[in-house]
Amino acid sequence: MTDGLIQTPVTILGGYLGAGKTTLVNHLLRNADGKRLAILVNDFGDIAIDADLIEAQSDDIISLSGGCVCCSYGNDLFMAMSDLAKMEPAPDLVVLEASGVALPGAIASSVSLLPDYCVEGIVVLADSETVRTRASDKYIGDTILRQLSDADILVMNKADLVDQDARASTLKWLREVSDGCRVIETQHAQVDPQILLLAIGDGTGANYSDAQPAHASQHATKFLEVSEPVEVQEFAEALLNGDPNLVRAKGFVPSHEGGLMTLQITGERIDISAAPAGAKPGLVTISLRNTQTARSA
Amino acid sequence: MADITIYSARKIITMNPARPFVTHVAVREGRILGVGSLEELQGWGAYELDERFNDKVIMPGLVEGHSHAMEGTLWRYTYVGFFDRMDPDGKKWSGAKDIEAVIQRLSEANDALDDPEAPLPGWSLDPIYFNNERVSREQLDRVSTTRPVGILHASGHIMNVNSKALEMAGLLKPGLNNPGIPLGADGLPTGELKGPDVMTPVGLHVGFDRDMLAADERGLIDFAKLCVRSGVTTATDLAARLPDEAVSMMTKVTARDNFPARIVSLRFHHGVTPEELIDHAKLLKTKSSDRLRLGMIKIVVDGSIQGFSARLRWPGYYNGATNGLWYIAPEHLRFILNAALRDGLHVHTHTNGDEATELVLDCMEEGLLAHPSPDHRFTLQHCQLADRAQFRRMAKLGMCVNLFANHHFYWGDEHYNLTVGPERATRMNACASALEHGVPMAIHSDAPITPLGPLFTAWAAVNRLTVSGRTQGEAEKISVADALYAITLGAAYTLKLDGEVGSIETGKCADFAILEDDPESVDPGDLKDVGVWGTVQGGRIFQASAL
Repeated sequence: MTDGLIQTPVTILGGYLGAGKTTLVNHLLRNADGKRLAILVNDFGDIAIDADLIEAQSDDIISLSGGCVCCSYGNDLFMAMSDLAKMEPAPDLVVLEASGVALPGAIASSVSLLPDYCVEGIVVLADSETVRTRASDKYIGDTILRQLSDADILVMNKADLVDQDARASTLKWLREVSDGCRVIETQHAQVDPQILLLAIGDGTGANYSDAQPAHASQHATKFLEVSEPVEVQEFAEALLNGDPNLVRAKGFVPSHEGGLMTLQITGERIDISAAPAGAKPGLVTISLRNTQTARSA
Repeated sequence: MADITIYSARKIITMNPARPFVTHVAVREGRILGVGSLEELQGWGAYELDERFNDKVIMPGLVEGHSHAMEGTLWRYTYVGFFDRMDPDGKKWSGAKDIEAVIQRLSEANDALDDPEAPLPGWSLDPIYFNNERVSREQLDRVSTTRPVGILHASGHIMNVNSKALEMAGLLKPGLNNPGIPLGADGLPTGELKGPDVMTPVGLHVGFDRDMLAADERGLIDFAKLCVRSGVTTATDLAARLPDEAVSMMTKVTARDNFPARIVSLRFHHGVTPEELIDHAKLLKTKSSDRLRLGMIKIVVDGSIQGFSARLRWPGYYNGATNGLWYIAPEHLRFILNAALRDGLHVHTHTNGDEATELVLDCMEEGLLAHPSPDHRFTLQHCQLADRAQFRRMAKLGMCVNLFANHHFYWGDEHYNLTVGPERATRMNACASALEHGVPMAIHSDAPITPLGPLFTAWAAVNRLTVSGRTQGEAEKISVADALYAITLGAAYTLKLDGEVGSIETGKCADFAILEDDPESVDPGDLKDVGVWGTVQGGRIFQASAL
């Protein structure tokens, strides 16, 4: 598919106002851990960047030490992405914060048309306290439900603000309306950065084996050897079915049709493409630990 | 004492009920000194009698309450629309009546270009007039295989491109799975791109670049020329980002002695936070000048009906399409309306669907309880599907409406057959209902979506004909007098400019539309064909044929 063209991965963050998208963006910027992130936001409104991290700032771009940038796209997302594609070197990951009323699936569908980018996944945040009320709002309800059903991974945020019963019932409801999407429960949008940054690697897979989770309590990272050729789609589905807590996987898998394939799993999304030259078989998986995990078997 | 000029005319329609028709108007310092007979006006002192308009009819300068200055910019691209249309220089482009004519027109433009790789953009295609036969990339390849060629549809929601353009955008490949990109029998895209999300990435390659939506200096001047040709002396530029450099340019250009129109440019809500929007509008208000009015806000609430992106109430679209999109969160809309009411800022809202209109009405009701505002004149723009209950609410809430009368002509058949079905299509753009309920009303072109031309817009509201020649919605027709009011004082009222323009009476701006015929006495079916000689703006004379 990629014909050897280097494509920058894009993760789309969706969710209605107040769900915690901006908090998650701020969290990622603080925990980029040497990765070069490009964050695209609709506006700089609530982005809080420590002043000492800012190297340069113009109307539309804030450059941060460590090579991260934050760009506001205003009413022209594609211009911003086209400008970003000229950045040298290319960022390791683009995180695109959709506006509160945008449908992240539609954005993903369009981003996937851009030759310089590939969609890594759609992460949709939901505010545990308000999401169900909003989903029945006469104006915005159907938009909320469309956002939730677009998700590859759902983040049930502000889980600390509701009691146990509400938490359990909201969790169950989120799974229902998202057709069984994997759900991460969080407070303050503190999603483990590894879950979003797993996309980043040098293409050989070797670096994954020694990846150390920043928040070991939140998830389990495993390195899977895959030496025998497999039917890759079935293999991926089996991984997902076999581990209800699996949220991400990335690596290289030998195909029964010959050759090595890149396999990426982001929640429910499975992407398979030809592996780059020099890639070695092996797969990194990230599973949530039970306390953080939200999927019934 | 400054010089007084008295103009005589065959008839002067003043829109002032105390003196509805006169023969003379006196002008001093760019303003109207008085109207009446020559004898009445002589009392003002020494004057010069100007008889050049003796065989003309003078109306108040027309006011276009919903247009975009980018109409001036689009004329740099090849016009391939179905209807005859006049460009800023007065050249009348004949309509392209079939796909062959479109190809022919583009091929001529192709031959005029030296660089074989330069992009070739065209605009205003509308396949509904070709029995919905779609333009294919193979057809556009006949224009050129070396340069990217693309045509923007009249609706602004669809684009067709050639193979070269697809190739440059990396899309000339099988396996694409996007609802906005139809595929041909060969598994490759047909070249049609539906919706801004798929148009924009390819549009960049065919010459629809980032400056397209904003009028640059030349675009603004061309837009003003179109104003003169259509009798318009005050026109809105209804959705602009208005960064500092654009404001400086617009201030400079509009201040020139030969700039013939007053531009009212509204700050578009998108791309900034609601707080920033309010602050920016306040700042812009301080930069307002006579010919560049700033400080108003435009909020786009939903999409378009023919693009199926408007928000409709139950039962939704006639063809079963999924409900449309919100372009602003209700919370943000509520915040902006509240803050604007509190701070005395003036807001216009784009709502095409009736659910979007309902949301604005809800927010206004709430906002007005918190911030009573006796003369806010917030205006619902397009508001195409409002029913009578909504007009009753508008009246109670003190809102104005600017209905899209032209739309009824161009897309009325489409609405009848496809988007909203016969019943709602018949009452769309309900001008008579608005007036019956006492809602201050304007009517508009939304240029460049349809051509700038308030007399055409008035014709559309009076006759309610669709392209196919059907009268659609007899009950919502309005009188010629009401239509002429809507394109002068009606539109001026929605901009809070009715004290300055929109009628010919003492103290107001000397803004006139100079017409070849009398719109009040021609057959109402001929209203659109009343010739425009030009305008007088701020006492300055602009003859269309001499631009």
